[in-house]
Amino acid sequence: MTSSTLTRGETRTSRLPAGDARSHGRRGARPRQSLVAWIFLVPTLIVVGLFTVVPGLFALAFSFTDIGLRDIRDPLQVEVVGTENFTALLANPDFLRSIGNTVLFVVIGVPLTIGIGLALAILLGSGIRRLRPVFRAAIYLPVIANIVAASVIWKYALTYEGPVNEALAAIGVAGPNWLGDPAWGVTSVILLTVWRNVGTAMVLFLAGLQAVPEEVYEAAAIDGAGPWRRIVHMTLPLLRPTTLLVTVLITVMYMNIFEEPYLLTGGGPLDSTRSISLWVYQQFGYGNIAASMAGSFVLILLVAVVSVVQFRMLRPKH
Amino acid sequence: MRTSRLGSALLYLLITVVCVAMLIPFVLVFFGAFKTQGEFTANPGAWLPESFGNFANFATLFERGFGQYFLNGVIVSALVVAGNLVFSSLAGYTLAKLHFRGRGFVFALVLATMMVPIVAIFVPQFMVAVQLGLVDTLFGIALPMLVLPIAVFVVRQFAHSIPEDLMEAARLDGAGELRIFGQIFLPLLAPALATVSVLTFLASWNAFIWPLVMAQSQSTYTLPVGLAVAAQANRTTEFGVLLAGAVVVLLPVLVLFLFLQKYFVQGIAATGLK
Repeated sequence: MTSSTLTRGETRTSRLPAGDARSHGRRGARPRQSLVAWIFLVPTLIVVGLFTVVPGLFALAFSFTDIGLRDIRDPLQVEVVGTENFTALLANPDFLRSIGNTVLFVVIGVPLTIGIGLALAILLGSGIRRLRPVFRAAIYLPVIANIVAASVIWKYALTYEGPVNEALAAIGVAGPNWLGDPAWGVTSVILLTVWRNVGTAMVLFLAGLQAVPEEVYEAAAIDGAGPWRRIVHMTLPLLRPTTLLVTVLITVMYMNIFEEPYLLTGGGPLDSTRSISLWVYQQFGYGNIAASMAGSFVLILLVAVVSVVQFRMLRPKH
Repeated sequence: MRTSRLGSALLYLLITVVCVAMLIPFVLVFFGAFKTQGEFTANPGAWLPESFGNFANFATLFERGFGQYFLNGVIVSALVVAGNLVFSSLAGYTLAKLHFRGRGFVFALVLATMMVPIVAIFVPQFMVAVQLGLVDTLFGIALPMLVLPIAVFVVRQFAHSIPEDLMEAARLDGAGELRIFGQIFLPLLAPALATVSVLTFLASWNAFIWPLVMAQSQSTYTLPVGLAVAAQANRTTEFGVLLAGAVVVLLPVLVLFLFLQKYFVQGIAATGLK
């Protein structure tokens, strides 16, 4: 990745939406191009329509019905039950527990992932020059690792008498029962998730750093600012747009957290790692389709609200 | 940034420790895949296998149909990569270079596809697949991934950097839109298409939830589905076989990453910079 492509992308994206709309209005649509455009978009519209738009509307509509396992093949048999599913949901201790668990994942996992990703990006972006690509590759590797494979490995690594605790014992630490104790189960799921996502955060921050002109740093260095002050007073403020983006992306990821608890702990021990997504998935497995759909509707709503709030709080002040 | 020699050494030490920690799972999986079940029972904490010549776990995988799963994964990925090279290129080009009413709307739709978590809509997606008669088919597994938003973004982003004059000139010469796309735009798009191939291969090879829901029989399992089912099926946990399975899932991606690292990273940057 060269810095020039990134810089180009960065400025372009920040200007695009508004500029696009305006140039549109001025030039207007050209009839011949319009027809061709829609023809070119047919495959996209089919896929997006069938697997995002229609399912999205279904999810919304069927949340208000008594849809069951049999209705999946014949959805016209359902009956409308109003907001019954949602009132049941809010009275369901398991669902409420899953919200609490998810909040815990978000509150601990998001700052950890972003903090470590940012620290690594600053380290690789400025302090470390030799072997930089090797370090970057090592940190990025977990991002592309298949989650099923990764979970199998972690499950093995974290067994009570397994390799991790063996290594801890070698340095005189008594390893915990990672996957058997509720608090450590939560810790294990968070560690796996951080391990998988830190590379994404780092790469995004590195891209943001490359958009900062080198001269800014040189000027600060001439002014006698030490590395720590430069990070706090220059790098972090300049990274504000990137931080907003990374925060929203990573928060959405943690709010939707599914594969890690599903594959590593199965939601246990004692339901301590059952996230909202996992609850939704398990309800589908039990045949409680209506509850499952209502649950996912609540999740989408929560994700949307949190994203909007984050955008408002973190967007640049004028 | 200038730092003292001691400070610099500490930074290198720190980053090395972090990287080693990140790589431990990859080391453990390659060690563990060569261990016998007896070794796991006798000494569960040992890191190294007694011998790296023990391929019994891989043989067991094949006996259990992982060859078929591997092939299924290859077929799904081939469909997805090919689909995106054609359809996402067309969409990315159209959304960047053609002027028409509704462009912003279509782009927002593609964006939405990326934002909605699959866990939230896989049930209605499955209902659609049922109506289309696609359940338990490899094509059904591939279909929702034939146009991946990330691929559309990469092409669209890249298309913005190609000057419009080229196409205008061709238009004045009377060239049709399809010809402009195929003969002028596509050749210029080659670097972006490499990124698209790598990213869409990765997405389809690693896809888990959708294939898990769609594959109802072993004949349509992909590797992640087969591995997850195997991991949950046995109560005694045969780590040797499971870790060998993990190696089979990981290896193609690791090899690809080794050679094509820049395309992977470019893709992530593109997601971020949308």
